[in-house]
Amino acid sequence: MPMSAAAAAPAVPVPPPRSRGYWAGVGLRFVKDPVALGASAVLLVLLVLALFGPWLAPADPFKSSMLGRLQPIGSEGFPLGSDELGRDMLSRLMVGARLSLFMGITPVVLAFVIGTTIGLVAGYAGGLVNSAIMRTVDVFYAFPSVLLAIALSGALGAGIGNALLSLTIVFVPPIARVAESVTTQVRTRDYVEAARASGAGAFAIVRVHVLGNVLGPIFVYATGLIAVSMILASGLSFLGLGVKPPEPEWGLMLNTLRTAIYVQPWVAALPGAMIFVTSIAFNLLSDSLRNAMDVK
Amino acid sequence: MKPPLLTVQGLVKHFPLKKDVFGRGGGTVRAVDGLHFHVFAGETLGVVGESGCGKSTTARLLMHLIAPTAGEVVFDGRAVGSRDLPLKDYHRQVQMVFQDSYASLNPRLTIEDSVAFGPRVHGVGAREAVERARGLLAKVGLEPARFAERYPHELSGGQRQRVNIARALALAPRVVILDEAVSALDKSVEAQVLNLLLDLKDEFGLTYVFISHDLNVVRYISDRVMVMYLGEVAEIGDAERLFEAPRHPYTAALLSSMPSMDPDRRTERAPLAGDPPNPIDPPAGCRFHPRCPRAEAVCAQRVPARPAGGDGVACLMFEAGSGHAAAPARAA
Repeated sequence: MPMSAAAAAPAVPVPPPRSRGYWAGVGLRFVKDPVALGASAVLLVLLVLALFGPWLAPADPFKSSMLGRLQPIGSEGFPLGSDELGRDMLSRLMVGARLSLFMGITPVVLAFVIGTTIGLVAGYAGGLVNSAIMRTVDVFYAFPSVLLAIALSGALGAGIGNALLSLTIVFVPPIARVAESVTTQVRTRDYVEAARASGAGAFAIVRVHVLGNVLGPIFVYATGLIAVSMILASGLSFLGLGVKPPEPEWGLMLNTLRTAIYVQPWVAALPGAMIFVTSIAFNLLSDSLRNAMDVK
Repeated sequence: MKPPLLTVQGLVKHFPLKKDVFGRGGGTVRAVDGLHFHVFAGETLGVVGESGCGKSTTARLLMHLIAPTAGEVVFDGRAVGSRDLPLKDYHRQVQMVFQDSYASLNPRLTIEDSVAFGPRVHGVGAREAVERARGLLAKVGLEPARFAERYPHELSGGQRQRVNIARALALAPRVVILDEAVSALDKSVEAQVLNLLLDLKDEFGLTYVFISHDLNVVRYISDRVMVMYLGEVAEIGDAERLFEAPRHPYTAALLSSMPSMDPDRRTERAPLAGDPPNPIDPPAGCRFHPRCPRAEAVCAQRVPARPAGGDGVACLMFEAGSGHAAAPARAA
């Protein structure tokens, strides 16, 4: 009897809706998105490789063999072939995940902290302070990011530390700009006005009312930058400005294998494929995060 | 008469317009141009006027959310922002409810945290502040057990505005400025919130500055009413007197635009035509004269005197010896 069922339905006491926080809602939408889950799965595998690569690798990534140089994919003892010094590609790719991810993520994390601080101060202060800070940031913006990274790395000297430093400097301006624009928007909202009207100081307002509302968009943007950072880091390694041989790092591997591109094109392309997959995964993750965080 | 609780003296706010790269443009928007009025303890002062007449700017100036170009606000005999009355102390005594109930609540905070923020800023401990917030939510009709931990997007407009009222009361203020606080609500919800405001006023001994464009609502809630036109006071006075016998032609025109349920009081005079003039370049003389049905030549030249005190009108028709035909003769 559908009629009585429909009539009975409202009589069932409806429990008061349990209040979900903003982030719980974001998490729920994120989990329902297949692309987000796929990207997360790929990144999880990469994370496992980065943490446990040296123990998982089937062979020693540093052990060369003069006889087993540039073996094709699927050859005896080299499931993914070997490089120009006869080192096992599979092992090197697995172990290389650690350095490559480290080079990709660290500059973005550092730039996130620095850029957000700069952008928050500029955006909340407004007026002349804003102009002074943002025009200074714009100076860095004027250079193409690749060129800036290369120039800074070149000036500072080769090495992982300097490569990280130069990449951080490259990423601070764009993050600061995003942070500034979001903060400027939030600053004029009525709830910030109401907080000012309650007599709160700038620090308390930024901590309680501004930060929570600007971190999300900045975080999404920064996630997207990880892919760029990985590619730039690989580029620096490729140019000999980042990681030094014989350390396994995808960009560096791509560089040293380029001479073999006509002999073993598939093997030579493998590090590039890894960079590609990782950056796509980060990009998709960033897109999904943005979708999940877009309420209305 | 008692000394006023809040006195506004010559308040002016001009917003400069940006010049373009060739130096053209510029000029200033005279949003509020020389306001004088008093708010007495325990009363409700209604503020009415068309869009763009400076009502909201006045609210923000009263709250010191924006700095005035000139003039000052005196609270309880002390100038706001001076050493006698620092802003933080002033804000503990004067609070505001905004029009947009959603935009004025932080979407990331539960409503009890939003209400508790003010007391926290003023040094109340976390637990006590939340307790006070829950108590106030109960006072505004939101059962704390059900609502305290909800987020703004989970509430209706009326419920959110109740939260905003609770937040304004959290610092136990003496004056609450209500800037179109009920204008965005449905009529039935509006009535509930209005009655809530009246109850709270009695319970906490509050003084309201009630800003609205809805004349019926203003008449219902106000003891005195101030009519604003282009950043100035056109008329101010006791609510009953002003609604029954408006003096300023602008007040009369506003009132005649009010829909009436009583067929015997059908609108006969033509309501106001046209838009208010541009506040960047207000008309000379009386600012209302281009739209005034009773304007004479003198109105374009002579600026009417500003109303002073509790009851007055800025119109040459009521100014002795102003030259307007309807003006009383100069006192001998």
